[in-house]
Amino acid sequence: MENKKLIKIATAGSVDDGKSTLIGRLLYDTKSLTTDKLEAIEKTSRQRGFDYLDFSLATDGLLAEREQGITIDVAHIYFNTSKTNFVIADTPGHVEYTRNMVTGASTSQVAIILIDARKGVIEQTYRHFFISNLLRLGHVIVAVNKMDLVNYDEDTFIKIRHDFETLVEKSDFNSDQITFIPISALKGENIAKKSELMPWYLGNTLLDHLEVLETADLHESGVARFPVQYVIRPKTEKFHDFRGFSGKLYGGKLKVGDEVSILPSLTRSKIKTIQFFDQEYDEVAPGASITITLEDEVNISRGDMLVKSSEIPLSEKSVTATICQVNTRPLKVGDKFTLQHGINRVLAKVESIDSLIHTDFSGEESTQQLKLNDIGKVNFKLSKPIHFDSYKSNKSNGSFILIDEGTFDTVSVGFID
Amino acid sequence: MSNLYISNPKEAESIHILREVAAQFEKPVLLFSGGKDSITLVRLAQKAFYPARIPFPLLHIDTGHNFPETIEFRDQLVEELGLELIVRKVQDSIDQGKVTEERGRYASRNTLQTTTLLDAIEEFKFDACIGGARRDEEKARAKERVFSVRDDFGQWDEKNQRPELFDMLNGKIHQGQNVRVFPISNWTELDVWEYIKNETIKIPSIYFAHKRSVFFRDGLIWTANEHVYRESNEEIVEKMVRFRTVGDMTCTAAVLSSAETLDEVVDEIRLSTISERGARIDDKRSEAAMEKRKKVGYF
Repeated sequence: MENKKLIKIATAGSVDDGKSTLIGRLLYDTKSLTTDKLEAIEKTSRQRGFDYLDFSLATDGLLAEREQGITIDVAHIYFNTSKTNFVIADTPGHVEYTRNMVTGASTSQVAIILIDARKGVIEQTYRHFFISNLLRLGHVIVAVNKMDLVNYDEDTFIKIRHDFETLVEKSDFNSDQITFIPISALKGENIAKKSELMPWYLGNTLLDHLEVLETADLHESGVARFPVQYVIRPKTEKFHDFRGFSGKLYGGKLKVGDEVSILPSLTRSKIKTIQFFDQEYDEVAPGASITITLEDEVNISRGDMLVKSSEIPLSEKSVTATICQVNTRPLKVGDKFTLQHGINRVLAKVESIDSLIHTDFSGEESTQQLKLNDIGKVNFKLSKPIHFDSYKSNKSNGSFILIDEGTFDTVSVGFID
Repeated sequence: MSNLYISNPKEAESIHILREVAAQFEKPVLLFSGGKDSITLVRLAQKAFYPARIPFPLLHIDTGHNFPETIEFRDQLVEELGLELIVRKVQDSIDQGKVTEERGRYASRNTLQTTTLLDAIEEFKFDACIGGARRDEEKARAKERVFSVRDDFGQWDEKNQRPELFDMLNGKIHQGQNVRVFPISNWTELDVWEYIKNETIKIPSIYFAHKRSVFFRDGLIWTANEHVYRESNEEIVEKMVRFRTVGDMTCTAAVLSSAETLDEVVDEIRLSTISERGARIDDKRSEAAMEKRKKVGYF
C-alpha cells in the first residue's frame, strides 16, 4: 500500500457516451470484477435481453439510476494493477450536473473525457474540458469511444482530435498534457488490449497510458503550508507538558529546526519535533498528517497556520475567486456565508460579481447572480483575514467552500485568483 | 542521514478526517462492531491523537447473535487501550417492544440494530458516528460521502448530499441531525488487510481458518448455532473456514479457507474472485438491499 502509486481519475462524458461501460470494462480487464458481481451483471444483462455484457451495471449504484439507466451522482470506484492503485471519481455528464464533475475532479489528477465517435465534440465536451482546465488537472485523456460504430475509421478520429485541439489552444494546458485514444469500451478495444482493428493507432492503450502517467500533483509542489487542525494536549503524567500541533502538511517539506511563523499573529519559533504516532522524524514530505512541537511556548489554536518565516502567504480580509455554484441557492451580491478555507472558517460577504464565465471558452458576460452550475468571478469581503495562495500555486491553500448559514449546505466552491 | 517521513496517502487522509471529527463535533462516537474495519479505525484514531487518548468513546450495538470471539476481543482491546465502551443491546429493543424479531429461514437481527442505534444516538446526543464502511464494499456505499448528514430519523437522502471538495469537510448541522463519518471510505478490502499486516494489528480469531460446524444453503456456508435457523434436512458438517467480514452470525457466511496467518489471509484476498460482501446474507435479499437499509438509518 505504501509503495504503490496512487492515481485518482475523474471521468466525464455525456449521457450515453458509454462512461459506465468504460469503467466496467476497466474493472473487468484488470480482473477487479469479482465472480459474484460478474454473475449479477450476466444475469441482469440476460434479463434485459442484451447479447453482450452490460458493464455499466457494475457502477450504476442507486435504484433511481438503474430505473432511468443513467448515473446521477459521484461514485468512487477502485481498481488496481500490479504497479498502481487507481481511484475513479465517476461523475455524470448532464448539463445540470457540472457541480458533480467539479467535485469529482477536485480530488483527481487526471480526467478522462469521453466522446461518442458518432457525435464528435459537442457542447458537453467543452464544459468537461473547461472544468479540467479550471481545476488545473495534471492530464486529460480524450477517449474517443464507440469506434466500433464508425467502423474503426481513422478519419473520424482525426477530425475529432482536430476539433478538440482548437479547444486546447484556448486553455492553459500544454499539448503534451492531452492524450487522444480511440477506443471501444463495449468491445474492449484499446482499453487493456491493443486493438487489431485500429492498426493506424500507434499509441498506448488506455490502461498502459494511465500506468505511465506521472503523479506529480499541485498539492505536492511549492511552499509548505501547515494549517493547525487540532491541538494535542494529553494532560497525562508522562506527557505532562506536551503541546502538539496536528494537521496535514501541504505544498512543501518542513524539517526540524526550520524557522517558522504562526499566522495570524506572526509569532516566530522553531520546529522542535516532527512526529507521526510514536515516531519522530527529521523531515516530513507534503501530504502527511503529522504532529509538530515548537521550541517556544506559543499560543496557537485551530485555524492558525504555520509556515516557514521566509515564505509568508498573503493574509487579507478580501479575496477574489472563480466560483462554481454547487447548490440550487443562487449567489447574489450582499449574500453572507461561512467561508471554509481548508479547515479555517470566517464569515464572507459577496461584494460584487464581476462576471459569469462561459464554460465553452467563449468569454464572459456580466451578471447579477450565479445559479447552480454557473461559474463566475466574485469578490468577497471577510470578517477576518485568511492566509492564502493562488489556486494556481497551491491547490489546497488556494481553494475554499461557502456554507449557507441557514441550511449549512455547501453551496459554492472557490478557486482563488 | 536525514530521516524523512513520507506518508501513506490513505492513512494520512483517514487521520485528517478523524481529527476533523474531534474538532468539529461536540459528541462524537466510534461505532465498533469488532470487525476488522472498526479495529482499523481504532488504530487510526490512536495515531491521530497520540500521545493523548482517543477523545471519543466506542459504541457497540450488540445483536446478541455475535460470535463470542468478537466480544472477547472487544473487551480485551478496550482494556488494553483504556477506551470507554458503551454497549446497547438489540435484545433490549425487542423486550421494549420497539422492534419485532424476524422469523423463518432468513431471520436476522441485522435490520433490527438500526432502531437500537438510533435510540443510542438520541440517548447520548451523539452528533457524529464514526463507522468503518468503505466505498468499495457495495454499490450504494460507493456514493456515500465522508461526512454524511442524517436527519432526526437517521435517514440518508442520497439525492441531496453535500458535495465534498478537495479535503474540506463541512460538518455543520442542526440540532437533532447527526453525521455519519467514514474515515476509511477510500480504502479497499485489500488495503485494510495489508494495513493490519504491516501494523501487526490484532484481530479476532474467526478471521483465520478454524474448524467449525456449518451447513450449506444457497451456495453459502452458515454457522450451525442456536441463533441461526436451520431446516431439518440441512445437514451439519465440520469444515475449515474463516470469515471475511464479521457481522452477526445470522447474516455472515463463512468461506472455506486454510489461511491461518495474516500473510496467508492477505494472499487469499489478493487472489480472491468473490467480493467481500458476497458472503453477506443481508445483501443477498435484493440487488438494492443496502440502499434500502441505508435510507432508513442503517450504517
